[in-house]
Amino acid sequence: MQFDDDEKQKLIEEVHAVVTVRDAKHTNFVEFRNFKIIYRRYAGLYFCICVDVNDNNLAYLEAIHNFVLNEYFHNVCELDLVFNFYKVYTVVDEMFLAGEIRETSQTKVLKQLLMLQSLE
Amino acid sequence: MPAVSKGDGMRGLAVFISDIRNCKSKEAEIKRINKELANIRSKFKGDKALDGYSKKKYVCKLLFIFLLGHDIDFGHMEAVNLLSSNKYTEKQIGYLFISVLVNSNSELIRLINNAIKNDLASRNPTFMCLALHCIANVGSREMGEAFAADIPRILVAGDSMDSVKQSAALCLLRLYKASPDLVPMGEWTARVVHLLNDQHMGVVTAAVSLITCLCKKNPDDFKTCISLAVSRLSRIVSSASTDLQDYTYYFVPAPWLSVKLLRLLQCYPPPEDAAVKGRLVECLETVLNKAQEPPKSKKVQHSNAKNAILFETISLIIHYDSEPNLLVRACNQLGQFLQHRETNLRYLALESMCTLASSEFSHEAVKTHIDTVINALKTERDVSVRQRAADLLYAMCDRSNAKQIVSEMLRYLETADYAIREEIVLKVAILAEKYAVDYSWYVDTILNLIRIAGDYVSEEVWYRVLQIVTNRDDVQGYAAKTVFEALQAPACHENMVKVGGYILGEFGNLIAGDPRSSPPVQFSLLHSKFHLCSVATRALLLSTYIKFINLFPETKATIQGVLRAGSQLRNADVELQQRAVEYLTLSSVASTDVLATVLEEMPPFPERESSILAKLKRKKGPGAASALDDGRRDPSSNDINGGVEPTPSTVSTPSPSADLLGLRAAPPPAAPPASAGAGNLLVDVFDGPAAQPSLGPTPEEAFLSELEPPAPESPMALLADPAPAADPGPEDIGPPIPEADELLNKFVCKNNGVLFENQLLQIGVKSEFRQNLGRMYLFYGNKTSVQFQNFSPTVVHPGDLQTHILSGLGQPPTKRVAAQVDGGAQVQQVLNIECLRDFLTPPLLSLPVTINKFFQPTEMAAQDFFQRWKQLSLPQQEAQKIFKANHPMDAEVTKAKLLGFGSALLDNVDPNPENFVGAGIIQTKALQVGCLLRLEPNAQAQMYRLTLRTSKEPVSRHLCELLAQQF
Repeated sequence: MQFDDDEKQKLIEEVHAVVTVRDAKHTNFVEFRNFKIIYRRYAGLYFCICVDVNDNNLAYLEAIHNFVLNEYFHNVCELDLVFNFYKVYTVVDEMFLAGEIRETSQTKVLKQLLMLQSLE
Repeated sequence: MPAVSKGDGMRGLAVFISDIRNCKSKEAEIKRINKELANIRSKFKGDKALDGYSKKKYVCKLLFIFLLGHDIDFGHMEAVNLLSSNKYTEKQIGYLFISVLVNSNSELIRLINNAIKNDLASRNPTFMCLALHCIANVGSREMGEAFAADIPRILVAGDSMDSVKQSAALCLLRLYKASPDLVPMGEWTARVVHLLNDQHMGVVTAAVSLITCLCKKNPDDFKTCISLAVSRLSRIVSSASTDLQDYTYYFVPAPWLSVKLLRLLQCYPPPEDAAVKGRLVECLETVLNKAQEPPKSKKVQHSNAKNAILFETISLIIHYDSEPNLLVRACNQLGQFLQHRETNLRYLALESMCTLASSEFSHEAVKTHIDTVINALKTERDVSVRQRAADLLYAMCDRSNAKQIVSEMLRYLETADYAIREEIVLKVAILAEKYAVDYSWYVDTILNLIRIAGDYVSEEVWYRVLQIVTNRDDVQGYAAKTVFEALQAPACHENMVKVGGYILGEFGNLIAGDPRSSPPVQFSLLHSKFHLCSVATRALLLSTYIKFINLFPETKATIQGVLRAGSQLRNADVELQQRAVEYLTLSSVASTDVLATVLEEMPPFPERESSILAKLKRKKGPGAASALDDGRRDPSSNDINGGVEPTPSTVSTPSPSADLLGLRAAPPPAAPPASAGAGNLLVDVFDGPAAQPSLGPTPEEAFLSELEPPAPESPMALLADPAPAADPGPEDIGPPIPEADELLNKFVCKNNGVLFENQLLQIGVKSEFRQNLGRMYLFYGNKTSVQFQNFSPTVVHPGDLQTHILSGLGQPPTKRVAAQVDGGAQVQQVLNIECLRDFLTPPLLSLPVTINKFFQPTEMAAQDFFQRWKQLSLPQQEAQKIFKANHPMDAEVTKAKLLGFGSALLDNVDPNPENFVGAGIIQTKALQVGCLLRLEPNAQAQMYRLTLRTSKEPVSRHLCELLAQQF
């Protein structure tokens, strides 16, 4: 699906609105338009994935954790992510591509990221 | 030390970002950004050539500004320049900028594609991956056109690195999803399937996603993936928690890959090979067993990963719906989750159980959890969980528990969230109707619905109760009494007034004997609500009043007084004024006999699919239809209230023009299930005339008019509204409608004949085709003695087939075909058809226009034939079918059929004289498709083998299918 910039901004706002009002007793899943959002909260940060309604909820819930868990992000805070925003994209591309899970091995992803880091 | 925080020297960027973060106000931020933009612009415009590092830094700053939500209108060129850098960090920023800020600026697309092409050819895996990721993230059609052919090569090349294969597989998936036509199937597909055997689990993970997507469109081409997926799955499931090392997640071996494999298997029916099936069932059992084992870790990640596999396993078990033992075990497992402390699990268990409820094997097992589910409806904090509970109650409902479930839902309705009230109302209304044993319960339920949630009771719901009461005389007295009582409430919902007004107008006489509800009391009760109601309701009440004059002559004077009042006769609303004037006159001039005829009780409504069900399906979207068709496979619950229940065939195609009271259309009772697709159209054709009995010639139409919403224009409807004078009895309805496909098949090898016929209408066809042009004459014959009005046939054709409709009978072109068809008369319609390119779907209305009509026979010598046959030797160019003969195998008949099909018959080509060989060219405006065919009859086995080779894959397949049905 292609969205123009305004639509993207609107999407972000809508997702923010539906996710942040939910509390810990709620599920980690919200229906959203014709899709569903799987989200996970880490302190003040929400990580959200939008998937098809028949996709496996728990698999994506753990995919988020697998992503956040990465050694590459070890002990990072929000600030690190802001300053290194362009690297976050690289990590995402390693683990998710074309909306699918690409690689799930922590070790393999870390090895690849460290290799890229060493390149000029 | 976390790797990510290690800066790599873009100090200017870090400074800029901290400046922005230190801004105290939005204005300050904008000021800082504008300063930076001016700076970058001057650097980019400056005379001094920038080095790669600076370019990277500035492009990265622009990207950051964009991500803050500001527009960026320059820098694209510099980003494109970075793509051709030899340094990874520069290239990466270039690609990132392109991926995030794609711009369909054609100039740049060319440059970008060029850079991608170079990187794909670079043999440097890092660069190749960057390029592939960019294509996968952008996924535009332009990129598809440029690279769709290259990526399969990279994917299956022996020397591609694992990481490149992973990216290539998903990149291809993205392009296939965006523009499937651009991805050529070919020899690589077989090799992709074998990636399931790859040693690298990451490659398998990526490949499964690709295969799952591809096999949905071409299941046969990927069939071999079943056994490979099963053995891969079996190895994972039976491995110890540490065997897979890197791919073990919180003691669960390869959870994501397992889930993906299980989803792939859901694209197919259960494996045919007994050994494969046995192995798979073993896997499924292992997963169910593991769910009962004590957890290897207390962490939620462990149980989530394990349960992700479990839920997918259950989905597969439900998909197969063939292993009663597994289904019941799955149900028991989900039952445990219903009471789990994790909300996620309760939610998912409710959701999954909903599909289990529709399997006849597990329906009973699901029902045992009714109390837990009712409790969930009452106590869950998350509205989405409550909604799933309501869905499940709806799905598990049958005759045995309907009263309990309906009353629980009604109780829930009082406190339900506004967002889901309407849905609950629809569900209650459907269940009450479907499982009503005595209809007084049904009437009570619907009136309760109106009382509790009147605002959410849509027209469909209250129309429906009127239909049912009108059709069942055993409940009419009860309904009249009940609405009369309900109307006593000082404040009642307007929907209650509508239902009350209608029912009392029809059946008020049934309770008039009781002095507490004598005619004057009924009238004054209704009239006390009149002034508070909307125009539509007041119009309805006026109709009730005139009906009262007929039912209760003693009220005539009072009612005439009301009608005569200035507030009615001079009402500003035209509809009200007209009704008042007409009803007043009618009541004064018409004799009692005439009044009695005109204001007779409504005739029964024809039985048809509940429009409420159609509405619920629309609300839920097409995908959810199956979940709504609960108990469909449960024979015991299926035909309780037969007539009002939808037939399974109509379920998948909710009628787009579901008019509510069934005034317009009623499927003939004997109509067989219409097949999906083109089939529903034929049903529409005949719905029109069949409705005749329900439309009386009386002014009751005025009464009906508020009940009859405008039927939405359905593109494929061929509505023939009958003239008001028509009155053939309901038994007059035509014979069963033949399957649409069957009709179509009749015309594959011939051009003229009767397309359709029942007792009301005959449609005949004459057609001729030359090259890519065709002309078709349609004759519509009215077989009744009554005029068809508003007769308007419409042809909906696929985009590749252009149909110009020429008018018939000298009508102006806009009129297309005569709007009226007199009894016994025939009208003609001419269609000009042009085949623009090859097509598979015939025009709706099931015109017998199939691709072979555009055949031009080609004569050729044996030698030429074989040469061409060999040229078309790619596997996708050939389509073959081996099938049993359905008709006596007669060489002369076969010959005639093949000639009728359109190809030339070539003698002395096939060494075996029994065989038939043909050749022809399909002429379309865009292209010509050469076709060769060979038909080998085997008289002994009563079988044929048919082989088609054409230069276009879909054409081969389609022609093969069309022709195979003819013998």
